[in-house]
Amino acid sequence: MTLKGISFGILSPKMIKEMSAMKIEQAELYDPDGFPIEGGISDLRLGVVSPGVRCKTCGNSVGSCLGHFGHLELTKPVINPLYGKKIYIILRSICWKCSRILARDEDLQQTRSPLVDLSKKKINKCPHCGTKQKELSFSKPTTFREGANTELSPEQVRQRLENITDEDVTTLKIKGGRPEWLIITLLPVPPVTVRPSITLETGERSEDDLTHKLVDIIRINERLKKNLELGAPDFIIADIWELLQYHVSTYMDNEISTLPPARHRSGRSLRTLVQRLGKKDGRFRGNLSGKRVNFSARTVISPDPRISLNEVGIPQEIAQELTVPVRVNKNNKAHLKKIVEAGSTKYPGANYVIRPDGVRKKITEENKKEIESEIDEGYLIERHLVDGDIVLFNRQPSLHRMSMMAHRAKIMPYRTMRLNITVTTPYNADFDGDEMNLHVPQSEESQVEAEMLMLVENHIRSPRYGYPIICGKQDHITGSYLLTRSGTRLDRKTAAMLLMDIGMEDKIEEVGDTISGKELFSFILPKGLNISYRSSFASCKCDPEECTHDGWVVIKNGRLMKGVIDENSLGEMNGKLINVIEHMGTETARDFIDKMARLSLAYLYKHGFSLSVSDQDLSTRAQNKIREIIEECEKKADAMIKKLQEGRIKPLPGLTPREVLEGDLQRLTNETSKMAAEIVKADLPLNNAVVMARTGARGSYVNLTQMCGFVGQESLEGERINRGFTNRTLSHFEEGEIALKARGFVDHSYKEGLDPFDFFFDAMNSRENLMDKSLHTRHSGYMERRLVNALQDLHVEYDLTVRDSHNFIVQFVAGEDGIDPSKSDGGGIPLVLLDSE
Amino acid sequence: MQEEINIFTSRLVPKHELLPEDEKIQLLENFGIKSKQLPKIMEEDPAAKALGAKRGDVIRITRNSPTAGEYYYYRIVA
Repeated sequence: MTLKGISFGILSPKMIKEMSAMKIEQAELYDPDGFPIEGGISDLRLGVVSPGVRCKTCGNSVGSCLGHFGHLELTKPVINPLYGKKIYIILRSICWKCSRILARDEDLQQTRSPLVDLSKKKINKCPHCGTKQKELSFSKPTTFREGANTELSPEQVRQRLENITDEDVTTLKIKGGRPEWLIITLLPVPPVTVRPSITLETGERSEDDLTHKLVDIIRINERLKKNLELGAPDFIIADIWELLQYHVSTYMDNEISTLPPARHRSGRSLRTLVQRLGKKDGRFRGNLSGKRVNFSARTVISPDPRISLNEVGIPQEIAQELTVPVRVNKNNKAHLKKIVEAGSTKYPGANYVIRPDGVRKKITEENKKEIESEIDEGYLIERHLVDGDIVLFNRQPSLHRMSMMAHRAKIMPYRTMRLNITVTTPYNADFDGDEMNLHVPQSEESQVEAEMLMLVENHIRSPRYGYPIICGKQDHITGSYLLTRSGTRLDRKTAAMLLMDIGMEDKIEEVGDTISGKELFSFILPKGLNISYRSSFASCKCDPEECTHDGWVVIKNGRLMKGVIDENSLGEMNGKLINVIEHMGTETARDFIDKMARLSLAYLYKHGFSLSVSDQDLSTRAQNKIREIIEECEKKADAMIKKLQEGRIKPLPGLTPREVLEGDLQRLTNETSKMAAEIVKADLPLNNAVVMARTGARGSYVNLTQMCGFVGQESLEGERINRGFTNRTLSHFEEGEIALKARGFVDHSYKEGLDPFDFFFDAMNSRENLMDKSLHTRHSGYMERRLVNALQDLHVEYDLTVRDSHNFIVQFVAGEDGIDPSKSDGGGIPLVLLDSE
Repeated sequence: MQEEINIFTSRLVPKHELLPEDEKIQLLENFGIKSKQLPKIMEEDPAAKALGAKRGDVIRITRNSPTAGEYYYYRIVA
């Protein structure tokens, strides 16, 4: 049988009956012994969900029986709540008496959607039978009223829809079935597999929300039937009928705004049909767009500076669970036999064997010998993950293509996955408890594809801004600086140790009795590299050629002649050295970054590096100078405030005098902070904190100034702090006081300590930053989702045009310049290499 | 009475020109597309109106780009 097509529409009562395995006649689920009641809603003819039982319709057991629909005959019809609006539109388009369209055929020829057009118009007289038309109103979800507020029963509605001729249905362009099918007379009862009951540990059964709802419907349905048979008064019948409508409505959608949601006994609202589809955990987003997968792992991550950035450390426990299928051939047969012999409990082993006939066998301690002897060419072995296997590594949220990259597996002891520190940037990972996911591609094709397209080294350069995103960080920069600054000389023994550490023991013979740090660093630079640039550490204003302060980095043919390696060589975006090396090839770049990271850290371990509070000690002279400028600043501010009070500040265009003052004060405090930073800069000796600030490894002079000088003006919403009480920030100030101290100017340093005002304003500022950060991530996460959804099917064709899924052209050249930013130089054409030779 | 403005004198409006019929055919052939696959421009678009473009005409827009120098964009009047 071949599938010719799929059509979507409304089920007709006839179709419901045809696909039904049974008629539901009982509201009860189980008899006192716990067996499903025949004719009930858990009847075995509807399929099976508990093991050991066979389906009475198809004879299959759990898993192979997909379940079968049943049907419930409603005593009186109800409106399908999901189609209320549609029914209304149809009713408005037809005559209440003769059910013909309220327009002549000729008039409908032109319109594209006759239903919409007709329902907008007000027609007084039926053009066919001449009957005067009544006012029809609709209130959500299922009530129709006509004329002087008489309610239409579903039966009446159905009658009118039934009377529409087939021709009229076509003219109205109603597709997917007859309109009267929108009124439910037969309710399809979904198979138990759709609403499985769960047996709790206590032996108690817990039924699905849908089952609960169906029981309600059946109960009411029976009650309605009984009352009809008894000849109950009309108002009672109407009440029960309305209740039936309510239950059917909430069965389909429990979030109809005008209806109170049906609730579970616990008060939780029921998750019915519509609720199963939408939202994040619904059928679409939860089960179709994204689903849980096999061959994946997740654990906490931790750093390992000794593995390559291309590698990922995988716990052996995980490696024994994740497998790669390998086909046995004459070359690998002996090897695979050995692996199978190891079984599934020893490490390089295997978990399953699949015979050429497709039979799958689990390898156990008992049968491993037997299976091993059986193995021949054509068998498929699911062996454990081993060193060098290609795996995909991912950290959510996956905002980037670099959020999921291919690594080479490296099996390790302990229970965390390990990654090189340099790849934390693209994943945006840290080690404060972050977890990451791992996936194992199962076919050779996918393994190769992942390796070629997704391997970490192919993503060193970010497609966002065209500079390396995988680069040296913090300690790498400190370490490289300490190694390459003038005056670093290593003896042969130390140099040999460092070279061994980076796997360049062959270079040891080139080392004399002593070696300079620059010479040692040159070993890891690629041959033929020529470049010169200013270092981040530089403070001098020398000529590039003449600088003797290590301010200019000069590399000639892969030898570091002058300058220190720091942020401007290795850092993100600023890293000139990494940028040039990346253009020389991804493998070269990966090798350089790996070796640089190891070398700098190895040297840093050897050298030792620590911080002390006393690193932030200023000389008494500098301290006094800073006190002076703060006093000066406060004096100036007081003078300006006085000037305002005397009305001597002139308003500027668009600004009141007060606003002019605010701007001036901002400028004043800013300048004072800058002056303090200069004093700090001049006063602090070259200690480790300063080394980090100047090399760009971590921290800045602003941070140092706040620690040893003063913190400066705190701001809230871009202004000096002005919130809190009426016209004052805190009750300790006068109302309307606008002096510096009263508006969040912190004149102490973090080290000497903040007074209560300072502390409070500082906390206000910190809180604002924290809020902004969390609000911003939420916001941009949603924007990203919308954007990706809108752009997901754009693709670049082989002729470089960007097209959408209809093959409509969006851009005639990708990016309107044909440049792939991840192969570019900051978005432009890489000319850097031309400089270097 | 409003003054007629030549929108092409604005530095924000790139150069628009009508593509001759033969060049249009060549263009469609080059990209292997039907005319409906081209990006569209409304007949009422001020630039299209200023050129007097009719439905089915193709307008070539020449944009300046810091990385590509000049970039041609084609839009069909629809």
